[in-house]
Amino acid sequence: MTTANKVRSSMGVRRSDQINKILVTGFGLFIVLMFLAPLVYMFVTGLKSYDQMDDSEVPAIWPFSRTTFEYQGNPLDLYKVPTANGTKEMAMLKPGRTESEFIDPQNPVAGPITWVGNWRVLPAVYHSDPQWKNFVQAWNELNFPLLLRNTLIIALTGTFGAVVSAIIVAYGFARFNFRGKDILFIILIGTIVLPVQATLIPTYILFSKIHWTNTFLPLIVPHFFANAYNVFLLRMYFMQLPRELDEAAMIDGANPFKILWYVILPQSLPAVTAVSLFHFFFAWNDFFSPLVYLASNSKLWPISVGLQSYNAMHGRLPNLIQTGALITIILPVTIFFLAQRVFMQGIVFTGVEK
Amino acid sequence: MKADVQAISSAQTTTKKRQGHSAQNRFNTKWGLIFLSPWIFGFFVFTLIPIIATLIFSFTNYSAVTPESTVWVGLKNYSDMIADKDVANSFMVTIKYAILALPLSLVFGLLLATIVNSKYLMGKNFFRTIYYMPAMIPVIAAGIIMAGIMNTNTGFINLGLESVGIPGPDWLNSTFWIYPALVLIGLWGLGNLMVTLLAGMQGVSKELYESAEIDGANGWQQYLYITLPLISPVIFYNLTIMLIGAFKYFDLAYVLKNGTGGPAGATNFYNLYLYKNAFQYNLMGYGSAMAWVLFIIVLTLTILLFTTSGRWVFYSGGKQ
Repeated sequence: MTTANKVRSSMGVRRSDQINKILVTGFGLFIVLMFLAPLVYMFVTGLKSYDQMDDSEVPAIWPFSRTTFEYQGNPLDLYKVPTANGTKEMAMLKPGRTESEFIDPQNPVAGPITWVGNWRVLPAVYHSDPQWKNFVQAWNELNFPLLLRNTLIIALTGTFGAVVSAIIVAYGFARFNFRGKDILFIILIGTIVLPVQATLIPTYILFSKIHWTNTFLPLIVPHFFANAYNVFLLRMYFMQLPRELDEAAMIDGANPFKILWYVILPQSLPAVTAVSLFHFFFAWNDFFSPLVYLASNSKLWPISVGLQSYNAMHGRLPNLIQTGALITIILPVTIFFLAQRVFMQGIVFTGVEK
Repeated sequence: MKADVQAISSAQTTTKKRQGHSAQNRFNTKWGLIFLSPWIFGFFVFTLIPIIATLIFSFTNYSAVTPESTVWVGLKNYSDMIADKDVANSFMVTIKYAILALPLSLVFGLLLATIVNSKYLMGKNFFRTIYYMPAMIPVIAAGIIMAGIMNTNTGFINLGLESVGIPGPDWLNSTFWIYPALVLIGLWGLGNLMVTLLAGMQGVSKELYESAEIDGANGWQQYLYITLPLISPVIFYNLTIMLIGAFKYFDLAYVLKNGTGGPAGATNFYNLYLYKNAFQYNLMGYGSAMAWVLFIIVLTLTILLFTTSGRWVFYSGGKQ
């Protein structure tokens, strides 16, 4: 191959690389648009007025309201009326099937103008009118501060218990070899897929016998006994830490608790962070358990149950429901963007998020 | 003489070693069990005993309202289940959803993972973050948002369809379209599937692609004959997890139809019907029987997962 040929062919490769880059990135962006569209829908629908939700004429996507003109103390809807001098925006005073009376907003003193034709064919005039007050209303009707407080209590105490217990158990699995450990580990992994329903009814009866139903305890206490996902992730992480440091500490007379605290944990902050985030999000999302254990005490509802109940009550008010959804996702989505790297690494470790 | 001393000293070291070994064993067993004890306790109290208790309850007519009139009914709950049309329907609902959701989710998950793994993609991190993000939206909110998107009048999907002259379906109130609707909602939150498939793809050795390139395989052939077979354990693992997930399906069915199981029982998933029996109709004995059947199904699928694929644990970046 001559040098000229080589250059030409490498330029050809470069050009086809460029085309591939544009194609793949363009397609990727198309999917980004599809993925963001639901959030756009949520945002703009949440800003719409009630009138717009019932109005099929109005342009659908953006929040609009009918433009009105105040005439003798009454707000009159503006319509686009075809006249001899082209289309004019006029306020309708008296609708009629064959003829209607209009006021010209530019010249209201001229009095009613009669227009012949069915008013229903006339397009109404709209203006952009986002209803920011929907946020206030949804916030108050959801009683969001209370829901947030309940969710945070459940999620934060549960996270504390889940992380501490998982660290202890994972350390046991990672660093001590004894007979039967492998069987125990297989059982542990088996509980990952165990459906909560398989244990639910007796557990529910137990909790109601000791008067724990309608308290946060059933949603918190079980997490203090190590969850399989978290143990799995932390064990994997502990196992790849070099043993030399533990052994040196052991020779210096440190007991295993000290080694865990002073040697293992300081090296494991990324994995501990991932586990904390997993449990926090799990508790934030959990719908089934609070539904079962807190159903009759709405004062203790977390966000998931509160939002579902709000949705069920306001089926006819999609705007407020979307605003409610928006209020409840701001915090988790923000945390995700701040911590996404830790997150995805953790998922790769465990194979699946809970 | 010298040999004797050597023999004795070597015998001594072996005993010492053996003693050291058993002391080491005792140390390991003691501390291992101490550290495992929280989980072992929790396993007994919150898993093993309740599972056995569920089995026992399933042979009774226990009801939370009238616990004093509980009697042993033998296999009646199980024979009732066989006769119960709603149980059969809930199985059908679950299977119908799974048949539609599994392949579509897998294909879409592969598509996402392939895009974010492509060497031609500019700004990879941006795309990974955005594709993963919907998985972080709490499921109840996600259900509400997606129900809005599929609204017959204001939803973007039907507006889009109408703009090209196709009348959009009534997604959430049709016994047919509800399943595509549920699958669409699921596709919005495939982040975990994408990330695990991506990790699998990145674990495939670069050399394989290089030698395939030399043999003249094009990109598509490499994908078909190298990437897919090598990540098949990951695919299999995810399919099993998704199938088990179909039997656990609850939240979205509950939020979209407010737990009614409508339209006409089309979202009366097995798990939802179980919940209704146990907590709305107070038939906890019957609910326990359903729970045990669910447990057996999931256990069977899990054993299948364990025995047919020894390679479902994967590590990031191919380090093993």
